[in-house]
Amino acid sequence: MGKLNLLVVDDEPGIRSGIKRILESFTVSYPFMDEDFDFDVLEAETGEEAIELLDNYMFDIVLLDNKLPGIQGIDVLEYINNQSIDVIVVMITSYASLDLAVKATKSGAYDFVPKPFTPKELRNCLENIAKQLFLRRMTQKMQAEGKQVRFQFLSVLSHELKSPINAVEGYLKLMKDKRNGEKVDDYAPMIDRSLTRIQEMRNLILDLLDFTKIESGKKQRNIKPVYLCDITSQCIDLVQPLCIQKDIDIHLNCNDKIPFNADRQELEIILNNLLSNAVKYNKKGGRIDVTLKKEKGDVVLSVSDTGIGMEKEDTDKLFEDFVRIKSEQTKHISGTGLGLSIVKKIADLYKAKIDVESTPDKGSTFTIRFPDK
Amino acid sequence: MLKIEKKKILLVDDDTDYLFQLSVALQDLGFEVITASTQKEAEDIVEKLKPDLAILDLMMENQDTGFILCHIIKNKYPDVPIIIASAVTAETGMLFDVDSEEDRQWIKADLFLDKGIRMDQLHKEINKLLKI
Repeated sequence: MGKLNLLVVDDEPGIRSGIKRILESFTVSYPFMDEDFDFDVLEAETGEEAIELLDNYMFDIVLLDNKLPGIQGIDVLEYINNQSIDVIVVMITSYASLDLAVKATKSGAYDFVPKPFTPKELRNCLENIAKQLFLRRMTQKMQAEGKQVRFQFLSVLSHELKSPINAVEGYLKLMKDKRNGEKVDDYAPMIDRSLTRIQEMRNLILDLLDFTKIESGKKQRNIKPVYLCDITSQCIDLVQPLCIQKDIDIHLNCNDKIPFNADRQELEIILNNLLSNAVKYNKKGGRIDVTLKKEKGDVVLSVSDTGIGMEKEDTDKLFEDFVRIKSEQTKHISGTGLGLSIVKKIADLYKAKIDVESTPDKGSTFTIRFPDK
Repeated sequence: MLKIEKKKILLVDDDTDYLFQLSVALQDLGFEVITASTQKEAEDIVEKLKPDLAILDLMMENQDTGFILCHIIKNKYPDVPIIIASAVTAETGMLFDVDSEEDRQWIKADLFLDKGIRMDQLHKEINKLLKI
């Protein structure tokens, strides 16, 4: 059983004892909480007394009347705020002025209970708060352990890793059962699909290695002057075979050599991802323009394609882990959903800004602006 | 000879390999299978016809596409049983259950299954839902 410490601040003894009585036998339980909560109630008659108690004890919830003999409830609320005391404040008000409500909300009051209130109203309010507190504690706990993000990541990752295994396993079973005939040739499409799925999985694992290295901050960074044009032109050579297959022209526009302090490997990862996307999501016979230039001291890299493009709302989520824009056009294009998220993570290391401009059916331009210093 | 109408199963999954394999297996069991690999395709299909049962993947375009489709189908055909199949349940502890009345209200699926389920088990569950 969990305990929530509650402080009632009200100058009317009747209200204080009333609240105490209501909460004595009250327990909050939700199916998703692994424990029930009940309440320990302390009382304060004045704002001054409340502040003294708040200084000396930990409370989860404060029920705060505004009209008090000395300092007002709103002053106590301000004190709580200024001292950053971690407590949920509920104002008890007699249908107070809108002014007070606005002011209290601004100062961080969580809820209002109008006076007079019924036991049910009070319980409802506290039930919500208990839920809130429970979720907050859980989140804090998970965040502290870095678990929450990991958890989401892992659930998607396990999905991505299991799917190709299931697919290949399925095809192997069909082959074992000789469903399509006796000859190996009868299974050519299944074998091709299996090989494709395995290749995709290999790409995912490679991306994942890049990803975790960057994320853990354990990757050795080797920062020294490099020539961006040279690196870019070598990366272009790598995608050239793919371009030929799809009949895509790729152009590099680079006036001077542009020396630049960076880790060569990191730049290669960025370029390889942007270039392979520009090929993958391009149309047959399309074009790619890679531009490098210095602009007000910043080094600006942009990769433009004449491909399928995307809607504005899609560009917003493009850099999240495992996000792939799924549509009729991308259905047959394979990808891990990690490429751009890796690009973003590396760009962040350089405090570089990424911009995406895209028009559906016309193409996309990815621009990365590396600041001078 | 009396021709028995085959039961129609709508199968929605963005993994085309899984879609192919499962539809082969279901056809072997004597079902008629209609497949869709996107939410849109699935919506278009249910516009035109009423399946006897639907099996939906959970994570497609979005992590919750399965739920959305489930909602759409149940709105149009409240009596069509729906199975949500997912690969993410067991090992992440992300377990959804539709056993409680409360969950059923918002998720609306009749059954959650792990994608790794054996075919004979799946067959049993389908028959149960179709009351065969």
